[in-house]
Order: sequence, then C-alpha cells, then structure tokens
Amino acid sequence: MKILVLVNHVPDTETKVKVGADGKSIDPAGVNYMLNPYDEFGVEGALRTKQAFGGEVVVVSLGGDANKETLRKSLAMGCDKAILLKDDTVRDSFAVAKSLADYANEYGAEIIFCGKQSIDHDNSQVGGLVAELLGWPSISVVVKLEIKDGNIVAEREIEGGHEIVHAKLPAVIMAQKGLNEPRYPSLKGIMDAKRKPIEEKPASSADVRVEVSAMRKPPAKTSGKIVGTDGSAAAELVRLLHEEAKVI
Amino acid sequence: MSVLPKNKMKILAFAEQRNGQFKKVAFEVVKAAKTIADQMNAEVVALVVGNNIASIAGQLGGYGASKVIVVEDSKLELYSTTAYSKVIAEIAATESAEVILLPASAMGKDVGPRISVKLNAGLAVDCTALNANGGTITATRPVYAGKGMVDVTIKTQTKIFSLRPNVFTAGNSSAATAAVETKKVELSDTDFSAVVKEVKQSSGKKDVAEADIIVSGGRGLKGPEHFKMIEDLAGSLNAAVGASRAVVDAGWRPHDEQVGQTGKTVSPSLYVAVAISGAVQHLAGMSSSKYIVAINKDKDAPIFTVADYGIVGDAFEVVPAVTAEIKKLLGK
Ligand SMILES: Cc1cc2nc3c(=O)[nH]c(=O)nc-3n(C[C@H](O)[C@H](O)[C@H](O)COP(=O)(O)OP(=O)(O)OC[C@H]3O[C@@H](n4cnc5c(N)ncnc54)[C@H](O)[C@@H]3O)c2cc1C
Ligand SMILES: Nc1ncnc2c1ncn2[C@@H]1O[C@H](COP(=O)(O)O)[C@@H](O)[C@H]1O
Repeated sequence: MKILVLVNHVPDTETKVKVGADGKSIDPAGVNYMLNPYDEFGVEGALRTKQAFGGEVVVVSLGGDANKETLRKSLAMGCDKAILLKDDTVRDSFAVAKSLADYANEYGAEIIFCGKQSIDHDNSQVGGLVAELLGWPSISVVVKLEIKDGNIVAEREIEGGHEIVHAKLPAVIMAQKGLNEPRYPSLKGIMDAKRKPIEEKPASSADVRVEVSAMRKPPAKTSGKIVGTDGSAAAELVRLLHEEAKVI
Repeated sequence: MSVLPKNKMKILAFAEQRNGQFKKVAFEVVKAAKTIADQMNAEVVALVVGNNIASIAGQLGGYGASKVIVVEDSKLELYSTTAYSKVIAEIAATESAEVILLPASAMGKDVGPRISVKLNAGLAVDCTALNANGGTITATRPVYAGKGMVDVTIKTQTKIFSLRPNVFTAGNSSAATAAVETKKVELSDTDFSAVVKEVKQSSGKKDVAEADIIVSGGRGLKGPEHFKMIEDLAGSLNAAVGASRAVVDAGWRPHDEQVGQTGKTVSPSLYVAVAISGAVQHLAGMSSSKYIVAINKDKDAPIFTVADYGIVGDAFEVVPAVTAEIKKLLGK
C-alpha cells in the first residue's frame, strides 16, 4: 500500500508565546520546534498500516528547511522516504492543504494519515481539506482504527461519547491521542534516518483565504485571591462563588 | 412565497442537533449570527439537518432566525462527514449565504473544512469573538492553545466561521417566530462514503467539552479511589469530572476526561482544579474558563497564577468541606 503521512513542525508545548515584530506572528527567538504531537500518532498509524499490508510509508511536510528535523525524526521512527514541500512564506490552512493534496495525487497515495490538529494555530483543518480536495472520505479525531479488505472501521471522539465510523479506502485518517502508542526511534532507526534521502520539491501555490491581521497575548488574569489554607475556608469560598462570581 | 425582503445579505447558521434535540451551542450560533446580522443589515437563515427534526426547528426563531430550513432524511439520522457537508454546502449555495456560522464542536470542526472546499470559502475555526462593524467581519481566535490570540479576516466572497462552544451567549429565547421550510437534498450512496453506524454514549456522564462547571483532579490525589471525592464535589454542583494527563496516563481516569493540550479544550463558567499543578499543557486547555478555583497544598503551584480563588491546603480535607458547604447552600 502507498501510505502517506503529513507532519507539521511546530513550537514545543512549553513555548512562552511572545508576539513578533510584525505584530501578527510568534517571535521565533528561543523557541524550540518539534514534530507536532498528534502527528506522532499519525506516523505510528502509518507504520502499523505498513506492517499489516506491506508497501511503503512516505512522510511529507510543507515548510522551510527547519522542517527537515521533523522529517528526520519521522524517518528515524521508520518512515521509508521523506518529502519537503519547500516554502518559506506564511500560508493559511487551505494553501497548505492544496499543495499536500497535489503531492498526494502525484504520489498516488492510497491512505493518508495526519494529526487532528497542529498545536501552533490549532486549526484542525488540513486533514479535512485534503480529503475534500481529493474527493475522499475522512475521519477526524480518530482513537481506534481497523482496516480490513479496504474497509475501515474507526472510532472518533465526540462530546460525551464515541462515533463508530465506516468508510472505504482511500481515506484520510486524522489521529487523536489514544489511537496508538508512538514508538521511540531506535538507535538503528536514528542511524538509518541519516542515510535516508529527504527530497525537496517546490510547494504548489494557492491564494490566501484567511489572513491574520494581528496577534496578541490573551488578557492577563489579575492575580487571584487565596481564601484560606484548610477546610475552614470552604464556607468563604462557596460564598464568593455564589455572591461575587455568581457561578453557583 | 417568501415574506423576507429581497436582496438582504444572508447568514446561514448551522444549528447542530443530536437525537432530535438542539445542542446548547446551536442557540449560541444562531444568536451570534443575529448579532452579526444586525451589524450588517443582514438576516439569519438557520439550518437543521437530521431525521424527524421538523418539530424542533421553530425554536430557533426565538434566537434570531427569520427562516429555518429543515433537511430531513432517514439516512441523515446519524452523522456523515460527506453527506452533511454536501447538504450544508448545497443549502448555503441555494440561499446565496455569504456568511456561514458553524459550532466548533466535534461535528462542526469535522464538516467545516469540507464545506469550505465545496464553496471556495475561507474558514476560521474555533472563534471566540466576531465583530462586523464597518462591514468586514473580524474574528478573534485563540492560537498556541490559548497562549496567544489572533484577529483574522477572510478574503473570499463566502466566509465560514466556527464558534467555540460556551463562549457566545444565547440568552433567553424571545417570542419571535420563524418560518420553517423543508427542503430536499438528493443524496446517493456515494455521498455516504464515510458514515456513522453507531454512537457509543459514555454512560450518561457529563462531558467536559460541554459542561458549564468542571471539577478536575490531578496526581496529587494519589490514587484512582480518591476520585470519589472529586465525583462527590462534581455531583453537588451538577458538574463534569475532568482530569490532568498525569492521571489519565496512570490509567486512573479515561482519556475523554483529559483537559489540556492533548485532551479537551474547555471554557466552562467554573473550573475547579484539585491537586493539579497547572503545567502549561494543562493551562492550555482550561485557562479561558470564566472562573477558576485551585485547591493545592503547594502555594507556588503554577495553577494559582490563573486561579481567581485558591485554597492552599490538603485536598483530602478541603474538598469534602467544600462539598458540604455547597450542599448546604443548594439545600441538598
Ligand atoms: C506534549 C505534551 C502534552 C501534554 N498534554 C497535557 C494535557 O493535555 N493535559 C494535562 O493535564 N497535561 C498535559 N501534559 C502533561 C503536563 O506537562 C503535566 O505533566 C501534567 O499536567 C501534570 O499533572 P498533575 O498536575 O496532575 O500532576 P503533578 O504535576 O504531579 O501535580 C500534582 C499536584 O498536586 C499537588 N498535591 C499533592 N498532594 C496534594 C494534596 N494532598 N492536596 C492538594 N494538592 C496536592 C502538588 O502540589 C502538585 O501541584 C502534556 C505534556 C506534554 C509534554
Ligand atoms: N505544513 C504542513 N506540512 C505537513 N502537514 C501538515 C502541515 N500543516 C498541517 N499538517 C497536517 O495537518 C494536520 C492538521 O493541521 P492543522 O489543520 O494545521 O491543525 C496536522 O496534524 C498535520 O498532520
């Protein structure tokens, strides 16, 4: 099977957000970047699909040279081949998805794994966009996946429960935590990854549909009130919630 | 025959229902559409999709819809990403709606990107504010798990926004009524290439993503058996139980209760964090809650930096005392 996995390169979860000089994006100074956490579940899902059905796993990322680090990590986990769709400009979700869908077509992908969301702009868009652009079914927020004879049975998280979704290949699977336990790259995997090629291709272009006009920090909370240090403060806490905050 | 004045710009509000009942966010979306419509001299058309739902449609008039379109089909009883997106896009097109509002719920987030491709429309997800003064809609949305906020505008003719649940207020329903119109959308088998066959409800418990009050427990509770205390406090408040990742990873609580970067993002009116340190990844999921209470024995725990009220003390003593006080107040 031709398995494609989409990975994004994002600021790590500890990042302290500072607004950059343009007033529209994050100041990258001192920020560590990593493989988007949900995409690790996607990579693992892709590798397990290969274990079950054979074939190859190609990992693709759209972005600048820095994204090679994330591609390298995916190779170390066991992906066979990496593609960098080279682009240094700011893109919206659609422009990212368009180029990824074009590559999926060119490659002839039969299943695509991605994360449910990038933890930078928290868009949760790219997987659904790619699927619609390809005319494929998609399943988002997937926590369980079975593929048999081209049929997919997946479980996705919704409010207050899970939906059991049936679909057929080809399809886009958007991974949520819980889908699997991503493997750690083995030492051999890390050594092999150094020798595996990262192929660069120009990203296809698309007009910007959604434009960020400003970025700022959320309003800071004025430091709260310490009501007490033991159970005797309970009555006062409940009074404040009832009379001051009016939430109970 | 339409009683609506012609050529008024239309805003389509997708009113999510499940099992023949509107989700709370459905009213929030219709009301937010009305607020925008008033700023733009536009009108609100609400859309309800499902099976056996015509009887509930009229309610949306009270939140500002001047017309409600109902698309009913036994095949639409359960959600399908492909069929629902086709229905919404087709209705948006026949109504010439320029703005489409969706809930940023599991359904709205799933269907949004697909509709945006069909309609060549830009999509802004999980918005927490919309402003249409001056004729251009500017949306505000959290990024970096709430550590930043961005203002965005959409450049395409048709614009789609999804709204974070619990942020926009629906208020009380007014006496206004809406015309209800049933429409048919042709659906073939290929339109159901991904389809829900079954919904597994988590045994009647309240979900953190929808709850108005959440009581969450962390690793400081020392073991799953002590979550009884959290459940009791939650029970007294009619609240949902949440958890930090540390306790989910330890297997004390199910993943669907996890709040934070790799769990759920919540914005209840009250969030009570018990024995949770307040790591950035946890704060990411809950810091936009309206009021936050922290109960932690470490006065330097980062959770106190976002808390409105705190008790620096032992959860095993404080929590039962708080539960008792709440029962007293609410006369339980
Ligand atoms: C990529 C990534 C994603 C993550 N995503 C999430 C996420 O989605 N959600 C999440 O929660 N975390 C997430 N984390 C984990 C996060 O960094 C923390 O490890 C986790 O939140 C800690 O959980 P905790 O506060 O329950 O435990 P701890 O950090 O161990 O804190 C326990 C707290 O309990 C207090 N305590 C102990 N005993 C008592 C007592 N008797 N009474 C009162 N207080 C007491 C202690 O003072 C302490 O503050 C993520 C981490 C990474 C790297
Ligand atoms: N620049 C990118 N390159 C490759 N994959 C991406 C990129 N951006 C997003 N994705 C994939 O799409 C998923 C959803 O991203 P988003 O819509 O940005 O939240 C991510 O988890 C990735 O799997």
